[in-house]
Amino acid sequence: MAGRIVVPFGPQHPVLPEPIHLDLVLEDERVVEAIPSIGYVHRGLEKLVEKRDFKDFVYIAERICGICSFTHSVGYCKAIEAIMDLQVPERAQYLRTIWSEYSRLHSHLLWLGLYADAMGFENLFMNAWRIRETILDAMEETTGGRVIQGVCKVGGVRRDISDAKLKEMTAKLDSIGGEIEDLCHVFFDDASVKHRSVGVGMLSKEDAHKLGAVGPVAKGSGIALDLRQTGYSAYGSLDFKPIVETGCDCYSRCIVRAKELAQSVDLIKQAAANIPAGDIEVKVKGNPDGEYFSRVEQPRGECIHYVKANGSKNILRERVRTPSSANIPPLVKMLEGCQMADVPVIVLSIDPCIGCAER
Amino acid sequence: MSGLTKSPWIIHYDASSCNGCDIEVLACLTPLYDVERFGILNTGNPKHADIFVVTGSVNEQNRQVIKNIYDQMPKPNVVIGVGICACSGGVFKECYNVAGGVGQVIPVDVYVPGCSVRPEQIIDGVVKALGILEEKRAAFAAESKKGTDTGANADAKKDGGN
Ligand code: SF4
Repeated sequence: MAGRIVVPFGPQHPVLPEPIHLDLVLEDERVVEAIPSIGYVHRGLEKLVEKRDFKDFVYIAERICGICSFTHSVGYCKAIEAIMDLQVPERAQYLRTIWSEYSRLHSHLLWLGLYADAMGFENLFMNAWRIRETILDAMEETTGGRVIQGVCKVGGVRRDISDAKLKEMTAKLDSIGGEIEDLCHVFFDDASVKHRSVGVGMLSKEDAHKLGAVGPVAKGSGIALDLRQTGYSAYGSLDFKPIVETGCDCYSRCIVRAKELAQSVDLIKQAAANIPAGDIEVKVKGNPDGEYFSRVEQPRGECIHYVKANGSKNILRERVRTPSSANIPPLVKMLEGCQMADVPVIVLSIDPCIGCAER
Repeated sequence: MSGLTKSPWIIHYDASSCNGCDIEVLACLTPLYDVERFGILNTGNPKHADIFVVTGSVNEQNRQVIKNIYDQMPKPNVVIGVGICACSGGVFKECYNVAGGVGQVIPVDVYVPGCSVRPEQIIDGVVKALGILEEKRAAFAAESKKGTDTGANADAKKDGGN
């Protein structure tokens, strides 16, 4: 038997835009064990609730992660609104849904690009990011920010989108529909993509369940877990089904995300068609008192914001459980027994967002 | 030497950024902004890099990593702090695990403020950094010439190198 060697992977590594460190225990080319160590981007922002009042904390919540920024602010605001019993106007709920789905589009396109890059498929990477710029343009036109938007606030949203603009946005989505389809077609059918990802990084349905996988990792292993089905924001009035694949490998996780692109476009169109007229915010009076678990579906899966408040302007405790931290134990499982050369692809297949995971 | 400043290679490290600035750094490389057409390449290897782009702020865990990458880069080089986090700690300044901007660990030549920074600003920062790199190179060349003349590199000269 070959001797064991330990290969360090990260924190600075060409395939990772973000720092995570893995100690890979190898027997020849086979990974026997992967030991993650984190903490490179821990900021300790949950404790900032003691210094910022509950309305200002939305800015901080948004900067937990620059990719899921909008959905983080929705999660936090939803918790405060539930504690204070605020009735957020319907129009604001729809706008939140639209921007959430735009975030998902931009996040998934970003991921598909990075995944292609990890496979060494540079052309595909560039194409995914080229399409993503269209989505970011729409974000910028409607909110003012490309990746950090700052439009969600306790009690509603800060900006409205005019009906004419909504029409323009859906028309734009229609016009890039073909490009998205072409892109997905490569991920579905291309021989080199399949070669790198089919049967790689297996995570059985039982393991996914036991280890608490969320989002596309769970969906790729046959678990239909999609928090949007709980009907928060305006999802309750829209028609969609979670996308589930049963291959349990990197390929399935990739397919889930590619198919979610079309789903997001469809959700935006539905929301744009049904959006009611009216206010976009309610007045917030007083301070929150109570506690609430708010769950939202981010591009990477279920995210929990727990808020506990005692009636003062600073809340007592904010706890965030982000999808990437939930997906690290499944990742360790996937890496067991894989080939060294597959490690980058497998690590990326959970769409790790270390900024979220460590906060 | 000036040929190198026309095609500078960049290494990017995410100190403790929220990702917002990182993805904007990456966006600079992709078709809309495409800095590769100017010869600017992103490399993962510190020993190949001329420009060190750091996003995010410093904490105890990554302090050494930043230093290691910087020490491995060939000199002269330039460091760009991208995002308000890298400048001062930004919105996270008061967090218990944030020591402040990147300037605390390594000398920074260009700061690009913004939260999140726009790709145009990053490119602008890189262009500014190129000017500084050029100056540093000139100074470095003058310095090593002086060294050669005083005989410090006499052996190398004898072998035909410089
Ligand atoms: S400057 Fe803003 S966007 Fe950039 S890393 Fe810091 S918090 Fe994120």
